[in-house]
Amino acid sequence: MRESLIATDLIDGDGGTIARDIFVDEEIYKREIKQVFGRAWLLVGHESQIPKPYDYFTSRMGEESVIMTRDKTGKIHVFLNTCPHRGMKVCRYDQGNARVFTCPYHAWSFSVDGNLTTAPGGLVGVPHYKKAYRGGLDKSQWGLVPVAQLVNYKGSIWANWDKDAVDFETYLGDMKFYLDSVLDQRDGSPGGSEVIGGIQKWKVPSNWKFGAENFIGDIYHITSHRSVDMVSIGPSGAGRRDVLKGDKAAKIVIPPPAFGSIGFPNHGHGCIGALPHYEEPDYAPSFTLTPIVEEYYKEVYHRRVENLGKRARGLAPVGTIFPNCSFHGMQPRALFTWHPNGPQEMEMWKWYLVDADAPDEVKNVLRQYYLRYAGPAGLTEQDDMENWNYATAASSGARAGLYPYNYQMGQGFESDARDLENAIFTSAVTEQNQRLFYNRWAEFMDADSWDALHPKNSANHADILARCQQ
Amino acid sequence: MSRISFTDSTSREHALDALLLQREIEAFYYLEAQLLDERRFEEWLDLLTEDISYFMPLRRNVKYGQHAEFENTRQGVDAAWFDEGKHTLAQRVAQLATGIHWAEEPLSRVRHLITNVQIGDKTDTPADSKEVEVSSHFMVYRNRVVDETDIFVGKRTDTLRFEDDHWKVAKRLILLDQSTLLAKNLTIFF
Ligand code: FES
Ligand SMILES: [Fe+2]
Repeated sequence: MRESLIATDLIDGDGGTIARDIFVDEEIYKREIKQVFGRAWLLVGHESQIPKPYDYFTSRMGEESVIMTRDKTGKIHVFLNTCPHRGMKVCRYDQGNARVFTCPYHAWSFSVDGNLTTAPGGLVGVPHYKKAYRGGLDKSQWGLVPVAQLVNYKGSIWANWDKDAVDFETYLGDMKFYLDSVLDQRDGSPGGSEVIGGIQKWKVPSNWKFGAENFIGDIYHITSHRSVDMVSIGPSGAGRRDVLKGDKAAKIVIPPPAFGSIGFPNHGHGCIGALPHYEEPDYAPSFTLTPIVEEYYKEVYHRRVENLGKRARGLAPVGTIFPNCSFHGMQPRALFTWHPNGPQEMEMWKWYLVDADAPDEVKNVLRQYYLRYAGPAGLTEQDDMENWNYATAASSGARAGLYPYNYQMGQGFESDARDLENAIFTSAVTEQNQRLFYNRWAEFMDADSWDALHPKNSANHADILARCQQ
Repeated sequence: MSRISFTDSTSREHALDALLLQREIEAFYYLEAQLLDERRFEEWLDLLTEDISYFMPLRRNVKYGQHAEFENTRQGVDAAWFDEGKHTLAQRVAQLATGIHWAEEPLSRVRHLITNVQIGDKTDTPADSKEVEVSSHFMVYRNRVVDETDIFVGKRTDTLRFEDDHWKVAKRLILLDQSTLLAKNLTIFF
C-alpha cells in the first residue's frame, strides 16, 4: 500500500517511462474515477439518437449509467440513472420515448420537462405522498441528479459533473479543428452528421487507457494490422483505407511535410493528422469498388473546394479527446468511448457516423465498410483488442510491475505545430501524444480543483518546447 | 412450422418424407459444425451460396410491446455485428490463414452445438431450385490461449438452397442472446 498516491511520481522523464501500475492498480483506478471522470468532459451521445420530444438514450459517464433525454421544447438533458430514494435504476431500456420515468421499486416518478416541476428531472409522483410523508418531503429537492454542464457540439452531446470545469470549447482548444473534421459534412459545411442506428457495445478485458493512448497517436502499431492489408478490405479493394497510405500521405497536404502527430499538451488531446492547410489537395478517387459512391464523393469534393475556399481545414484519421473519447475521422468515421469497468476491463461503445444528407446507397456502402473494419467483428479492430487485453494482464505481474513501460520514442524532437495554439507536432512516428496524454492524466489525478487544470495554467506545453530548444 | 404426426396412418408417407428431410438438414448442420470446429474454413465457405447474406443484428433492451419494432437492428440499414456477403466472409477466412491475425493467433478452440432444428414450409422458388427455411439453436463454446472462455448462445434462421447436389446456406440471420457483447471480439463463425 502506498502512503500517499502522487500520480506524477508514476510518470518519469516527462512521460518517457510510465509505471505499469496505472493500468492495473485498484487504488489508482478509484482515484481516476473521481479525479478524471468526475471532472473531464465526457461524450454522452449524439442528438440524432433522440430526434423527437421525449426520446431518450441511456448512456454512461465513467462507471455510471446516465439518461440523455429531450424535453418538449427540444432541449437535451442528462441525468444520473439512479433513483434518489433507494438507488434503483429508473430506466433499464437502451432507448425509447417517455415523458416520465417511473422507478420500478416504490414508483417515484420524474418528469423530463421543467414545467410540471421546479427543474427538469424533478420528482412529480410519490405514492401515498400525504399519508406516508405527512407533508414532510420537499419534492423539489429529490429529483434526478442532472449533470453540472452539458453542451451540444455540432450534434455530439458532452457532459461534465464539475460545475467549475472550463467550458467545452476551452477544454477542446484547437483540437476543435480535428473534432470538426469528424463532425462536419464531407463537403465542408459545419455539422450535419448523424449516427447509424444501433450502438455497438462490448466488453474488453483491458484497461481503458490502452484504447485512448492507441487512438491518440500510436501510428507505430500499424504493423500489427498487416493481416488486414494482406486481405484488402479497403473501399477501393486495396489495403484498409483509400487515403493516407504510404507516400500518398505526404501529397495530401500543402506544404509537406505536415502530416504526423499533432498534440495538445495543455489539454491532453491529440491525433494523427494534417496541420491546417488552406487549399484542397488534388482530387483522389475513393470507393472505386462502388462507382455510384465514387461519383458521389467526386461531387462532394467539388462542393468542398467551393465551400471552404482558402479557409483553414484539418483532417485526422484517428484521435483522442481526453480522457476517453476517441474517433475515426475519415475511413471509417465514428466516435467511441472507452468506459472504465474496473482497472482491467472496459466497455467499448461505438457510434458510426454518416452525413445525414448522403443518399441511402452511399450510407449503406459506408456502413458495410465500417462494419468490416471496426468493432468486435471488424477485421482491423479485433487485433487491437487482443493486444490491449494481454498488455493489461501483464501489467500486474509482481516482477513485471517493477519495469516501467517505454514511451521515449521521438522525445525531444517535437516542434511547435504551425498555425495551432498550444500544440506540438512531430512528422515522423513518435510517442509524443501518448506522453502528453499521461502528463495531462497525472495533472488531473493530482489537482485539487479545476483552478490547477485550466489549460492556461498547465505547464506541459512550455516544458516540452523548452526541452526541444535546448 | 409443419406438424408431424407419426400415428396418423394417412399421413405416414408425408411424415416419412419430413423425417428424411429433417435428418438430411441435421446432417448438413453437423457437417457444417464439424468443418468450423476442425478449422476447415475453406471447405466451410463451399457450403455457402455465392449470394449468401449473413446478418447478426445488435439487440437492444426495449420496453414491453416494442420488441418487434426496436429490439433488433435492421438489416441493410442499421449497425450490426455482421451484415455481409460471401466476399467479406472469404476475407475473414483468408485473414485467419495469414498466421499473423493476432486475435486468432494461436487459433481458438471452438465447438458448435446445434439443436432445436425446425424446418419451415418450403419457400416459393422456381421449380428447378429447392429452398427451405430452417431455424436452429446454437451454443458455441470458445476457449483460447489459457483461460479465455466465451459461450455464445442464440438462434439461427437460415434459408437453405439445394444447389449442385448439396444443401447450401443462402441466407442466415443470427440472433445472439446478448445486447452488450460479453466477448471482446467475434472472430468466429456462427
Ligand atoms: S428506489 Fe426508487 S422509488 Fe424507491
Ligand atoms: Fe489499430
